[in-house]
Formats: sequence, C-alpha cells, structure tokens
Amino acid sequence: MLNRAVDSAIVVVDLAKSYGAVAAVQGVSFAVRRGTTTALLGGNGAGKTTTLSMLLGLLTPTSGRATVLGADMPSARHRVLPRMNFTSPYVDLPKRLTVRENLAVFADLYGVRRPRERIDAVAADCDIVDLLKRPYGGLSAGQRTRVLLAKAMLNEPEVLLLDEPTASLDPDIGDRMRTYLERYQHRTGCTMLLASHHMGEVERMCDDVIMLRAGVVVDQGSPGALIARYGRGNMEEVFLDIARGRADERLAGSAAEEATT
Amino acid sequence: MTSTMAVAPYTGFAASARRIRGVLRRHAYLIVKSWTRIVSMMYYPTVTMIVWAFVTLYLAPTNDFLRDAPGFFIGAVLLWDVLFRGQLGVSLTFIEEFYARNLGNLFVSPLTLVEYITGQLAISFMRAVIGVGGACVFAYLLFRFSIFSLGIPLVAFFANLLVFGWAIGLAMSGMILRLGLGAEELAWAAIFVIAPVSGVYYPIAVLPSWLQVISWAIPSAHVFEGMRGVLQDGAFRWDHFWAAAALNAGYLALGAAVFAWAMRDARNRGTLLQMGE
Repeated sequence: MLNRAVDSAIVVVDLAKSYGAVAAVQGVSFAVRRGTTTALLGGNGAGKTTTLSMLLGLLTPTSGRATVLGADMPSARHRVLPRMNFTSPYVDLPKRLTVRENLAVFADLYGVRRPRERIDAVAADCDIVDLLKRPYGGLSAGQRTRVLLAKAMLNEPEVLLLDEPTASLDPDIGDRMRTYLERYQHRTGCTMLLASHHMGEVERMCDDVIMLRAGVVVDQGSPGALIARYGRGNMEEVFLDIARGRADERLAGSAAEEATT
Repeated sequence: MTSTMAVAPYTGFAASARRIRGVLRRHAYLIVKSWTRIVSMMYYPTVTMIVWAFVTLYLAPTNDFLRDAPGFFIGAVLLWDVLFRGQLGVSLTFIEEFYARNLGNLFVSPLTLVEYITGQLAISFMRAVIGVGGACVFAYLLFRFSIFSLGIPLVAFFANLLVFGWAIGLAMSGMILRLGLGAEELAWAAIFVIAPVSGVYYPIAVLPSWLQVISWAIPSAHVFEGMRGVLQDGAFRWDHFWAAAALNAGYLALGAAVFAWAMRDARNRGTLLQMGE
C-alpha cells in the first residue's frame, strides 16, 4: 500500500458520493501509477464523471479519500491544481471571446510563462492555429473539443483528467489528438486518467482499465488482461459483458474453458 | 517534470495578481469589443438622469429646496446608479460564467475564491465607472450639472455605495449558485427592495418611525442623507460616513460569507460542473 501510494499520482480509497438516497459512487478504490494512462470505463451513470469531479476538487466526497500528487482533494486542491488540468464535455468556454482570448485568460489563471508562445505551441499541437482569431461560439463541436484540449495542455500538466477527450472528433483528427497525447506523455511522464466510450482509444492508449458499474468498481486490469479474462476479442465486447451484467457468466465460462484446455 | 518550466510559481502576490488579471481579462475582452455593451451600461443611468433633470426644471421655480440645490435629483440618481451598477457588475459577471458553462473550468484552475471575488469586484468598479461616468458626462453637457460639484465627499459617497452594491451582488451570486439560473431575476430586482428605505429622493425623516430604524441599518441611507447635507448645507456629515463604512464592512463580510457558503454547497451537490444554460 505504501509503495502504491509513492508510485501513484492518483490514489483513491473507499471513495463514496451520495446525493440523498442516491449513491453515485460507492466505496471506489484504485491507484493510477505515475506516467501511465488509466481508463475509467462504465455506462452512463456509472460514476465516471462523479469520480473525476472528486479528483478535481469540484465535488466533496461523502466519505473516503482521494489524493492527487500527494494532496488531499478537495481540501488541499490549491497545492496541486496548478500541476493538473482537465477537459470535459460538461464545461465550455465563453462563446463571444476568440479562441486566443480564451486561451490567454487561462494562461493567466495557470500562470503560464511566455503565454503568447505557449498558446501558439498548443494551437499547433491541437491543430487549431486557423481558429485562434475566431469566436469560440462559432466553432463546430469537433473544433471546440480541440480548443478545450488546448486549454488543458496550456500549463503542461503532470496529471491530466480527460473526460471523453476525443468525442465528436472525426477519425483523422481523433487519431492525431491521441498521437499528440501519447507523445506528450512520453516526453513529460504525465499521468492520465481517461473516461471514454471509445474502446479503440482505450485499447490503444491505456495501461490499465477500471470498470465501473452503478458506482462500484466491478473489475480492473490491463486491456489485454481483461480481454483474455473474459475470453473476448476486444474491449468493446468486454465492456458489453460488464455493462449488461454478463460478467459473472463470462468469467465462469472462460474459467471452465481454461480448465478443459 | 515540464510543468515547472511552463508555469510561474503559483503562490505569492504576483501569482495571485496574475490570476485576478485573468478574471479581469475575460470580462474586459467582452466589454472592449462590444460598443452595444458599453452603450447599454450608460443607457439606463443617462435616461433616468434626463427624466429627473426635467423634473427639477419643472419644480425648481416653485420649490425653495430645488432652487437652492438644483443638482439634488440628478446627483441622487447618479449616485443611486453607482449602487445599482456595483451590484449588477458582480452578479452579471457571475451569471456570464453560468451561461458560458465556464464555472467548472475556472474552479479547477488554481484560481482561489478570494481571487475570483477580487476580480468580480474590479470588474464591477469598471462597469460602474463606465455606466455612471457616461451619464455624468451627459449631465454636464445637457444640464451643466457636474457631479464633481459635490467635491471630495463624492469619493466617500461613491466608495460606500459601490461597496454596498458589491455586498448585495455577492449575496445574490450565492443565491443564484444555490437556486440556479431560474433565480437570475434576483440580480436585477434585489436592489430595488432597499430603494424605499435608502432615501434616495427624500429624507429618511419622512418615513414612518419603524421604517427609519431599518433605514439607519442600511449604508445607502447614510450616504444619501450625507449627500443632502453637502448639497443643502455644504457640510460633510462624518457621522453618516462612518456609519455607512462600518455597516458596509459587516455587509461585505456577510455577502462574501453567503457566496462562500454557496460555493461549498455547490461542491457538495456537484453543481459546479453541471450548471449552465
């Protein structure tokens, strides 16, 4: 446990969040090793965004503990927020400001050195150079997603929480963004926690997967290990097994198959 | 880790000032690029000022008080608007973030609540100066009334009204955060609740005695009573100034406490990420 805490950028222990009688997250525990990418998977309402919100300090847990880079969230959030960033479809940016103006605002908030150069650099990385002078409100959903990702990269975060980061991107741009994130991680050792419904993305980018269902962790492991354990061909099938409550029968079947061979 | 290279230290005065500048920058961009926004800030105070200026022209020949202090109504309406703009400046700044669904982005950044509030107050000051400043220019051009004829006390009146407006604005922002955008009307209407007891256009003495007790607990009543003192007797009433300042300290602390409570509540209810249009 001690080693896990030292090696981990994110540690979550018995984390729970209830809204009255509704339990959104129930006693979730996991750790994300530094420099790796972990996927947080589950159907709608499984508790992914709630968990991410607690890791960002936007939501106070009912019980349990969440630490990021050693700081308790949300009580010690201001120690680590400058070293983190996030992107989510649940947030947006002021629509009447241009993309450059929006990024300049967040460059100030994150204390970015040489903001103009940094904005130009993330704009090039996220393929939004042509959009810098355009009002954010006039962009397509895919263009906005890239701008939000650029915002998330402004401070060169050590921990990046990505809630559906490539949703609404076409396959070409989606692939380029994944490549950019992979290169960024390789270069900086950034730790990423990714909530996604794109199973190809998960298989490609993630070292570990945490499967949530109704606010509970129902399984975890590397994508390869999960695919093997469920006797499936890809993460999409594993996801469907878990989301549709077929996990137990698949695991039993898979174990029996293994025993006979 | 590269982030230490990319970003400046995040503690200390300079870091804090940079984040406040970020909040200011976000709203300054909006104001500077939109002439309609600037016009709308000046429109209401200017039109109201013109109406009261004509009322003065109509009544002055038959009214001794207005004959002696012809700028009374104009000064009152301009100062009232400082209070109104001060409150609106804070509340509307917050509502803009709601509509933009930007609260989540702001509050996962290193921006602290105190820095955010400081930024809001600075924007409110900017909006009050633009809105009331425009009306003051028109008051001089059209009626030869200079608000600066109030002299140095004007600074005291302006500051006290602005701070009281901030206090109400923060409390209203907290209520909107708690109740959602359905409570947006509070931002526009709240200030008018205190108008009757502020004595903007009449002395507090005309109110029923039980209402006077309420009036003296409101900073704006002391300011307008002080304004009448300057215009009528040429004397600055320090007692009203200190009463307004002391009350403002309490109200500002209360307004900030309501806003801070609403933020804590929003973190408990998970609304910071989900609130918006």
